[in-house]
This record gives sequence, C-alpha cells and structure tokens, in this order.
Amino acid sequence: MAGLATVFGSGAMTNSIREIEDNDLLFVIGSNTKENHPIVALRMIKAVRRGAKMIVADPRKVPLVRFAHLWLRQKPGTDVALLNSMMHVILKEDLIDRDFIVNMTEGFETEFMKNLEEYTPEVGEKITGVPKEKIIEAARLYGAADRPGIYYTMGITQHSHGSDNVFSIANLALMTGNLGKESSGVNPLRGQNNVQGSTDMGCIPDSFPGYQKVHLPLVREKFESLWKVKLPEKPGLTAPEMIFEAEAGKLKGMYIMGENPVLSDPDLTHTIKVLKGLDLLIVQDIFMTETAELADIVFPAATFAEKDGTFTNTERRVQRVRKAMDSPGEARDDAWIIMELSRRLGYEMKYAHPSEIFREIGQAWPAMAGITYSRLEGGGLQWPCPTLDHPGTEYLFKGGFPRGKGRFTVVKYRPSAEVPDEEYPFILTTGRQLFHYHTGTMTRKIDPLNRVSPGPYVEINPDDALSLDVKDGEEVRVASRRGEIVLPARITERPEKGVVFIPFHFREAAANLLTSSIALDPLCKIPELKVSAVRVTRAGNGNG
Amino acid sequence: MIVTVTIDGKYLEVPSSYTILQAARENGIHIPTLCDDPRLEPYGGCRLCLVQIKGMPKAVTACTTPVSEGMEVVTTSPEIEGIRRTIVELLLSDHPNDCMVCEKAGDCTLQELAYFYNLRDNRFWGARRQYTSRDGNPFIERDMEKCVLCGKCVRVCNEVQGVGAIEIGYRGFDAKVCPPFEKDLDCEFCGQCVSVCPTGALIGKQSLGKGRQKNIRQVNTVCPYCGCGCNITLHVSRNEIIRVTSPEDSLNEGWLCVKGRFGFRFVNSSERLTKPLIKRNGTFEETTWEAALDYAAGRLREIKRAHGPDAIGGLSSARCTNEENYLFQKFLRAAVGTNNVDHCARY
Repeated sequence: MAGLATVFGSGAMTNSIREIEDNDLLFVIGSNTKENHPIVALRMIKAVRRGAKMIVADPRKVPLVRFAHLWLRQKPGTDVALLNSMMHVILKEDLIDRDFIVNMTEGFETEFMKNLEEYTPEVGEKITGVPKEKIIEAARLYGAADRPGIYYTMGITQHSHGSDNVFSIANLALMTGNLGKESSGVNPLRGQNNVQGSTDMGCIPDSFPGYQKVHLPLVREKFESLWKVKLPEKPGLTAPEMIFEAEAGKLKGMYIMGENPVLSDPDLTHTIKVLKGLDLLIVQDIFMTETAELADIVFPAATFAEKDGTFTNTERRVQRVRKAMDSPGEARDDAWIIMELSRRLGYEMKYAHPSEIFREIGQAWPAMAGITYSRLEGGGLQWPCPTLDHPGTEYLFKGGFPRGKGRFTVVKYRPSAEVPDEEYPFILTTGRQLFHYHTGTMTRKIDPLNRVSPGPYVEINPDDALSLDVKDGEEVRVASRRGEIVLPARITERPEKGVVFIPFHFREAAANLLTSSIALDPLCKIPELKVSAVRVTRAGNGNG
Repeated sequence: MIVTVTIDGKYLEVPSSYTILQAARENGIHIPTLCDDPRLEPYGGCRLCLVQIKGMPKAVTACTTPVSEGMEVVTTSPEIEGIRRTIVELLLSDHPNDCMVCEKAGDCTLQELAYFYNLRDNRFWGARRQYTSRDGNPFIERDMEKCVLCGKCVRVCNEVQGVGAIEIGYRGFDAKVCPPFEKDLDCEFCGQCVSVCPTGALIGKQSLGKGRQKNIRQVNTVCPYCGCGCNITLHVSRNEIIRVTSPEDSLNEGWLCVKGRFGFRFVNSSERLTKPLIKRNGTFEETTWEAALDYAAGRLREIKRAHGPDAIGGLSSARCTNEENYLFQKFLRAAVGTNNVDHCARY
C-alpha cells in the first residue's frame, strides 16, 4: 500500500468489485484469486463470459489460469522485468495515452522512458522465462484495451522489492491512462476481512487514522485536541522492526490483539525466541494460538459474530458487522478490554456503543465523516464519503490524484535476496489454499475443512519429483538456511520445474520455519515470503 | 430499445432484451418457476412458467421467450393453472413426501407449489427413483430422490463457479445429477448448488438436525475471512450458528466460498478461550478480569517508567472491527504514549 500511496497519494483498490464485470481486459498478476478471493474471481469469470480477455501472470498454474486467454509463467521474483518489458513494447508500439501522460502525470519523459529501453522482450524472456512472443502479446492486449483492470495480491508485494513491483504496475496503468475511470484501474486485493480498515484506522506506525502523518505538527495538534492528550511525534516501529528491537532488548513489552505472528511471520524459530525474551507479552485472542502460548497474560476475546461494529472490505466499502450471539464464558469484545486497560493506565476512554467510536472516527478522518451507522443500514458505503448526502466513491481518482499528479517511478529489476544455488537449488514460494485461512486458527477447528484438507504438503513439479525420486504422498525434507520441515510431497504441474510451494496454514510443518525475516522491502518493510532458496530431499530411508 | 408489452392487462415498458419472466418479475407479477434464477442463463426446464401469448396457439415458457413490441401476455388462466398443477403433481408422484422430517420444509419451492395447488392426493403412480446414498462429501448432504432435475446446481457450478463438477447424466427416468461419468467428485465445495436448490435434495451437512425455520434468528453481517467483504446472514438457534446464507442483492450476489458458507463452526468451538489467563511458573492459571487487567496495566506501567513508552509496542488485527482498531491505536498513542503500533497484513 505504501507503494501506491507514494505514486497516487492514496493506497487502496481504485475500482469496485462490481466494476470487474465491465472490464474488457483483466490482468491478474501474483494473485491466486480463485482460491484466495473466490468471490472476486467469480466476477472475473463473469467478465470473461461477457467477452473480456484475461491475462494471468503467475509462476504457478493457479486455478484461474483455466479461464485465461494468456498465461505468463514468470519465475518467482521477476515481475519487474516482466512489467518493464511489457511497457517497452507499449512504448515502442505507441500504445500510450499521451493526453493522460501530459495532463495527469509527471516524470514520464527522459529518465523513465530511457530506463525502459534496455527491457526488450528478449531481455524480458531471459530474466522471466516467459517467451517474448507472450510478453509482446500481453503488452498489446493491455495497451489496446479500453477498460483494463489490474489485480494483484501478495505475489506482488511479499518480496524484498515488493514496492518496486507495485511501482511497475502503477507505471503501466499511468502510461496507458487506465486510471480514474470506471472499470479500469489498479486493484490490490486485500487478504483479510478488515486489513483495509485496520490500516485506515491508523494501526500503522507513521499515521493517525486516515493516513494523517504523526510527524506533521498540524496533524498532531488536531489529534491532541480531539483526544485531549499530548501525543508522541516520532514515527513508531513497523511489525518486523518491533521484532528486531525486541531482540536487541530495546522493546520490552508487546500487546498483540488477534494476530498470530508465530505462524504468519517469517522465520518462526526467530519469532518464538524473540517473543519469549520479552519482559511482558499480552495476547488477546479467541483461541490459544501459537503466539498466545508464549504470553504472560491472555485475554479471551469475542468473535465477529458476537459484536457490533464495521469492517472495510477490499473495495473501501464500510459495512456493518452485527452481534448475533453471546460470547462463551467470560470472553469479552476487544473494545471493552482496551477501554478497561486504558482506564487503568490513567487515560479514560468511554464509549457506550461502537457507534459512538465510529462517530469519533468521522471527526478524525474527513473521508469517513459522511458515514453513519444509520446510513449503513441501507448497505455499505465506500470511502471517501465526506458528507451525509455523499453517495460514497465507487472508483478513485476521477478528475485527479490526491497528490496532484500521478508519478512515474524509474524501476530497475533486482533479483530476490535469496536465489537458488548448488546447496539450496529450489525456489520456495508460500501462500494460502482454498480450504484453510491464514494460520488456521479458525479453519483448522472445522472438521469438514480438515477432511478435504487434512494437513501440510509441498507442491513439486513432476520433473523434479522424478529427479529427486519422490513419489506422490511420500515424505520429503525441505530445508532452508533457517530451518527444515518434513512433509508429504504433492506432485503436480502447478509449480514449474525448480519451484516448490508450501501453504502456511499448518503448524506441524510451518512454512515460515523456512522463510527469511531479514530480506525486507526498503520502503514498506514487507518480508520476502514469496522467494526463499531451499533444498528438497527424500525424508524416509527405504519405505519408512 | 424499449418495447411496450401487456402482461395480465398491465401496460409495461421494458428493454427489448428482457424475457417475459424478467418483465413480469420486475413489475411485481408472480409467475411460478422451479428452474429459473435471475443470476443464471434462462433454461426452460421445469415448464411451470408457461404463459399464453395472444395470437400464438400454444403456451410458451416465460423464462426463455423474449418480449416484443405489442405483445399481450396472460400469466394465469384455468387452462394454464391446470397445466402447472399437473406438472407439480407429476413431480410429486416421484418424490418422497417426507416434509415432516425434511430439512428444507418451510423453505421449499416444491412444498410451496404443492400447498398452492392443494395437492394432497396424486392421480399418478408408478415406479419411483431409488438411490443408495453415496457419502463422499463432507459438506453437502445429497438426497437425489428429492431432486426435481431443475438443473440449477449444474448451471451454477458451470456458469458462475466455473467448475463444472456435476452434470445431468443419463436420460428420461434415469436422468440424475452426478459428476461426469459418475467418477469422483472434483469440487470446490462452495455450496452455490446448495444455495440454489429449490428442494431438500442438497443440504449443508453441518445444519442437519439443528433446526429449520422456527425459532431461528437471522442476522445480517459480513464474512470474517478474506477481504471480499461478502454479505452473510447468520442463522442462529440456541446461541449457535446453524447455517449461513447470503442475500442476492449484495456485492457478492448471494455467492459464497467454502469458508464463508461452511466455515463457521469455530465460533462455537469448545476450544474457545473463556477465562483470562496469567502465566505463573510457566503454566497458565485462570483468573478474573479484574486481576488480569490490573496485572497487565501494572506491568505496562512498570516498563513505561523504567524504559519509556517506546519500549512498548502493539500489534493490532486485520480481523477486528474498525472501531476496535481505532481504539487500539488510540490506546498505544494516547494511553501508552508511543507510535509503535502496526498490524501484520498492511502491505
């Protein structure tokens, strides 16, 4: 999101889910949409049924490939090269939108154009492994489309050059003028029910609610008068930085609400060690998660079904969450717990109902000032929605970008931090699958889901399986520089030769024992979960 | 292009792309159907939507016949109702009439039609389809003897879900819904088929025996899994979620995935945390809220006093509501005094 915010001045999906069906071209890159955003995928399939063309760029043969007219199988971590060579073709064949570039953007001339020169389709093919004919075809399809939408997720962002990937996507949309219009734009699909919301609400170290920067005195004054307290001016630590600071002994106490970083963060052994070393760890959750087990204090919390509130979905739509039942035992909703804790620290926060908190959010952030609980009774509203009579905003940047002009960024291809070598010859990429969710805290408590997806596995290409002498279902040992796990092989055409895939839902063979916590994107500090070098060997001796 | 048609004496102006059924439905004129769903392609399978058009000798299906300028349609007459009644009667002649114990009772289109046409007795009798149930599906209970072959499940799987796990195999009396060549089911378990089935042929397994229509509270809320933000309706009985459905007029058009439709049992799991816990000598001990909160606040104060507020950090959650996230960062910034607040999925 930081990447998009830099070039546009706002980081969110620019279009709506409804608009997908009117795309005439869909470019899906680094997103296993059919498994991870199943309902968005249904709209994509609908668009294809209505005549749209679809390009899927993914190292794995993900289920959406079945519906695609063109599948680009780039090597993991080579997206910049792929996108740059597509842009090279678009520029060369004059498929750019001159009016848009002149009026709405900056930074196109010279440096940006010059940078694309070296990324010929031939160079693209060499780096990405995608045949140059396909790169040219993809460029022509996208360049010629009237209403193309780009869709991406963690396959783009979870890299040590994740922000570069995002910049490249933004460049592609900017040079073809495919922004600020209905059904054409740049659309990061959010992976959790309220990621958009928790970011909007300021659960990020450099911003108050509504992306208002903590280091700006005027902003701070506004929040100081709203909250009636002196506020810190130094931007805080990001999640990975907190782990480093804790390791260095500078961060002493952590309060973790509804997250399970032990399984979701890279380098599990390291995470556990650091969390164990804290003076104080408070965890608030609905289950005894792998993270809660390390805590000094555990607060039992309420699920979504037991409380009132709002979630903001991937298309910026604020929708009502309604209490349907009571929590078990003494579990309480998170708001109550936070308020009680705050009072004990000498700062009183008192709200009788979540709607009162929501009203304060509207005072803190003008983009949500026009949304009220009573308006939400009639369905969700998409921010920005500044006034009570505003209908909400279906697509962003109609008539301009928040930062003034959209900015082109010169992006050069950089290899991933860890590339395969003799000792660790395979690329490991991680992700989710359809039947489980994230660290499995919820879904692995559900019997039928466990029946169709009982445990961990590693996807291996048939050619690799042959050379490793591994049969389908046989246990293999996957090792990286950080650790190793043993799990059954699933032999499938999904990953290409040299690439293996492990879903990260399973604690008994946790993919994040293998990933690295050191390779972070310099801008937004996201860890490189999509590319690690690993070694794969048969686990059993004989038929054990 | 807009055309003018008359349905049951009512003048309507509708787009020329409409079918008679669409025109009628949008204008509040009810035509019975078992196989139509506005979200699917017209099918013309069940024949219940037969209507008469002035100047045409035979009745036509409203779901597949496009409107045309000046068309005059009659949707109900003794003759049409006689045909419809016979169709329902024929369906019931090969249906296990076990509404007493059927999960779908009260929400079943066939039951409603039988009620409407007052079909207690049946003029038809003969062989009945009999299937031994094959139970390879952890999510969906299938009772093929209740299937009316409307084909909605087949079409939703193919047209909407893009999977095509099932097809109508065989012909005539032997026709049945099954995976191609009756091989193993290759399915995403989205349950779209369950949501469109007009009878009790397809039922979510987790709902079996948990309650039908009586004493169920329905609460509209938002799915807690991915970021799509699908609208869901929780059906709650005795403080337990027994079923999840989705309204058709929502951003997800009533469609859900396997997690959204069938992944709700964690809420009622016996493994839920129900008491505040404090760890002493390496093991958790249950305690009161008062004690846990006092202890937590005391320890936080100690750290703040000894090392400053920036020695404390908080990770918030993309699972929690906006309101809770707002309070969480406000707590860290205003009560603790640090900007060390983040959440794992913000990128």
